[in-house]
Amino acid sequence: MPSNSNLVNRSWVIRALVVVVIVLYIVRLYNLQVVDDTYKIKANDNAFLTQIIYPSRGIIYDREGRELVYNQPAYDLLVTMRNVKNLDTLDFCRTLGIEREVFDRRMNEIRDRRRNPGYSSYTQQVFSSQLTGETFARMQEAMYRFPGFDLRSRTIRQYKYPIAPHVLGSIREVNQKEIKADGFYMRGDLVGDFGVERSYEKYLRGEKGKAILLRDAHGRIQGHYEDGKYDEAPVAGHDLTLTIDADLQCYAESLMHNKIGALVALEPATGEVLAIVSSPSFDPRLLVGHQRSRNYNELMNNPYKPLYDRSIGATYPPGSTFKPTQGLIGLQEGVITPNTFLNCSGGFRYGSFVMGCHDGTTAWTIVPAIATSCNGYFGWCLYNILNNKRKYKTVQDAFEVWKDYMVSMGYGYRLGIDLPGESRGFIPNRKYYSKNFGTDSWNAINIISISIGQGEILATPLQIANLAATIGNRGYYYVPHVVKKISDIEQIPDTFLHPHHTMVAKRHYETVVEGMRQAVLMGTVRTAGNLDAEGIELCGKTGTAQNPHGRDHSVFMGFAPKDNPKIAVCCYVENAGFGATFGVPIGTLVIEKYLNDTISDRRKPLEKNMLESSTMMYMDSYKKD
Amino acid sequence: MSFFKTFDWFTLLMYLLLVVLGWFTINAASYTFDGASIFEFERPSGKQAVWFGLSVFLIIFILSIDVKFLKTWTPYIYVAVMLLLFVTIFIGTNINGSRSWIKIGTFSIQPAEFGKFSTSLMLAWLFSQYNFRFTEKGDFIKACIVVLLPVFLIILQNETGSALVYFSMILLFYRQGMSGVVLWLGACFVLIFVLGLVYGETLILFLIPFMAIAMFFGFLNDRRNGFIALGVVVGLNVLYYVIHRWVSLPDFIDRHFIYRWVGLLCCGGTILWLLWLWFYKRSNNYALVALFAAIFIGFHFSVDYAFDHILQDHQRGRIEVLLGLKEDLKGAGYNVNQAKIAIGSGGLTGKGYLQGTQTKLAYVPEQETDFIFCTVGEEQGFLGSAGVLLLYMIFILRLTFLAERQTEEFSRVYAYCVACIFFFHVVINVGMVIGLMPVIGIPLPFFSYGGSGLWSFTILLFILLKLDASRVNRY
Repeated sequence: MPSNSNLVNRSWVIRALVVVVIVLYIVRLYNLQVVDDTYKIKANDNAFLTQIIYPSRGIIYDREGRELVYNQPAYDLLVTMRNVKNLDTLDFCRTLGIEREVFDRRMNEIRDRRRNPGYSSYTQQVFSSQLTGETFARMQEAMYRFPGFDLRSRTIRQYKYPIAPHVLGSIREVNQKEIKADGFYMRGDLVGDFGVERSYEKYLRGEKGKAILLRDAHGRIQGHYEDGKYDEAPVAGHDLTLTIDADLQCYAESLMHNKIGALVALEPATGEVLAIVSSPSFDPRLLVGHQRSRNYNELMNNPYKPLYDRSIGATYPPGSTFKPTQGLIGLQEGVITPNTFLNCSGGFRYGSFVMGCHDGTTAWTIVPAIATSCNGYFGWCLYNILNNKRKYKTVQDAFEVWKDYMVSMGYGYRLGIDLPGESRGFIPNRKYYSKNFGTDSWNAINIISISIGQGEILATPLQIANLAATIGNRGYYYVPHVVKKISDIEQIPDTFLHPHHTMVAKRHYETVVEGMRQAVLMGTVRTAGNLDAEGIELCGKTGTAQNPHGRDHSVFMGFAPKDNPKIAVCCYVENAGFGATFGVPIGTLVIEKYLNDTISDRRKPLEKNMLESSTMMYMDSYKKD
Repeated sequence: MSFFKTFDWFTLLMYLLLVVLGWFTINAASYTFDGASIFEFERPSGKQAVWFGLSVFLIIFILSIDVKFLKTWTPYIYVAVMLLLFVTIFIGTNINGSRSWIKIGTFSIQPAEFGKFSTSLMLAWLFSQYNFRFTEKGDFIKACIVVLLPVFLIILQNETGSALVYFSMILLFYRQGMSGVVLWLGACFVLIFVLGLVYGETLILFLIPFMAIAMFFGFLNDRRNGFIALGVVVGLNVLYYVIHRWVSLPDFIDRHFIYRWVGLLCCGGTILWLLWLWFYKRSNNYALVALFAAIFIGFHFSVDYAFDHILQDHQRGRIEVLLGLKEDLKGAGYNVNQAKIAIGSGGLTGKGYLQGTQTKLAYVPEQETDFIFCTVGEEQGFLGSAGVLLLYMIFILRLTFLAERQTEEFSRVYAYCVACIFFFHVVINVGMVIGLMPVIGIPLPFFSYGGSGLWSFTILLFILLKLDASRVNRY
């Protein structure tokens, strides 16, 4: 046996073992606590339940301060399984107004961890959401009989009037893409879907508050972390004041009822949209609460596409409403003067090519040409613009300048209204034609139909209304917008506050305004000449846009009064025939309503006729293509 | 010399420090944000204060016992405690299938806790007998019986964790002259068991030759032949690596299949080399090493069988989770996972006293008893928990120092028993909560809540301090 003195050394082996193990453990602790972050994250996931406190969404008012969209309380019925005791199921079902089977199925769904992964019998689960006020009242009285059940209030959007759904928009649950794109959103949050609810989402939604709650291992809440030191109160969303006049909007919508098309009314001096109608329209209340998805699908499947905002999204041939722009370019380019006569011999004739005209057997100057909407005059006008050999070497060079004029008048690109879904319309450029004709040596005759707003030209009703406003302003426009004020502090975006000047001088506009005035007095808009008796000095221009798919579209654009106009309107009715049949009456009624607040007795039959007539039956021929 | 001069005040100070730190930690672990006082009797910290108050009387009592009396009565104490353990099997209260607690009125005691000091005393008594020769077979078996009897009785109570503590005596046996090879072989078996389950056969076949070759140097004292064997085995592995890395073999040859044969060649070659040396040098030790190498291989191949067929489900579950074979975070792995989260979330400096969220909100199971180290880790961070571990290290090293300064066999053996028991408790308990050891429910000395535990460790320690204080009187 080794003696004890030899074995004393073994005490050092044992001590070394102790030290090595402890050091190993300390290294492990260092890894767990200092190097590895995952445990800290897991600990927070464990212990902290961040409860979001939702801010109230901004209220939406019209330009007169009338409430259009507000928040209405709705109620969810919540259940905490652990606290449900001695429930009289029959009584409960009767009070809530559901079947026994529905109750059993719902309870099983809640308990099923596969379908409801966050389930805990200690926490509140949604049993039924968005109860109606009536059910809520019944339940609230009976709640004492149902321990474990609670009512929670939240807000849903509600609408004062059944108008302007395309402007107001609606809210819906966020989708996965939006959650990924913006850290603000979480599953189940609501977000603006279209209209200003979407375009002003960032202002309306406000800032979420949060309460950091402590949750124990059983899912029970043990109060606020650090007594609420890190909690944040929500900040309510900004209220919006729209430029829309609810009365006018309502009136315009009733006139557009049973017609397909759009109406846009602007305040020329500011670019504010007074009314903007896309018809057929729908009641915005359809898209609220739990019936939203059903109604949304129904609207989606409606053949008239009521969800489609035609006022800014549809692109139509502008027809004769386009002619004033051609006159303006001709005057500015110097190829015509107010005194230049251009020949109309039953239309525009060049060799064997004819672009017909409704009457015209003489030559006109520009004012009567606009008043009578002479095709021949504007055909020759464009011909002269494009064949201006003194200034431009080729037709193509001249055409590029023509295009720039059009763009300066707000065509060919989005105007930039503060609503989602705007289209840019179409103004062709040199490249487009060269590609289409297969050569760069096309000539003015090939494209002459664009002079009367046909051919390739496409514009939105908003662009046409903006043209009316620009002419009324004698050469500039403000970008049309529907929001006047954001809360009381925030200014609307800068882009709406600066005038955009066109490339045409003011004096040429006076000539065109005179043409549009003459149209009312003795030309194509003369059916509205009786407005003068009501003290309204109207300027207007009709359009009958040829429609290769069916019956012609009826268009009117105009503004009043002639000097310092208060309102500019475009009314576009699909498949309604001549501009004078629907466009002029509806457009002028809106102007009269806005300026005089009432419709004169003399024009009452016209109003009645418009309110009651329908163009919907022509839709079928439109649909053929 | 007076008692006050010979008494080891340093260890007493360490003891008080650990108990007080433990007491504060128990308060933190059972704190529920309602601001209750640390002294409230209804709360664990309040009760622990009472347990500690009572252990002061226990300490005074122990320090006033005559050492001679203690030595004389040791066998009777041992037999009495063993009887108590035996009786407990039948009258113990059934708690989760374990019958280790006896209820007396409102109090419960765990007799297994008293097995520790009585077994330690008994070992000390045995080793200090005049005729006792540890290296002789008969005496070795006697020592083993003294240790294994309480193990056997406690296992019958279904308290496997407490029973395992006694295996820490292997360090005492080593100190008392047991061959170091036993320690080495034990370590090898643990390594083969763990690594075999985690990494599979290849690594084990790679390791076994090296384990055997290590014994050329530590046990056979044959460096020359050791280097020869080492050279050949390393050479074969390098050759395999070169082929594996740079030579493209036809697809039909499976690389793992090849390495299996390289590994088996190394193992077989080493064993044959040992057998040749046995024949050539006529030293049975070579045959012994060859036998162990063969047993290692056999053991490895039987591990899978034992693991799948002999262990019970919950034991297998715990081992699988520990080895990271199965991420079962809601079942067997829940405790360890939550413990790691609590400790890991502490960071460098911790969340502050009473500020831990994981322990307060009851995510950590048994946080006042077996998992109390989590509270230290969460609230005091790396600095605090490493500090506590260092305290334990100093404490245990101090005990080995006390042991080595004893002039009497009785006191030294007893001191080593105490050191081994404390070491084992710390290693297993802390290892468990940081995920390095399987879940074995034994308390962390002086930290875990519970009267039986505190008293048991206090008795264990103060008998040692009494023996130590009396050492000079023997001269």
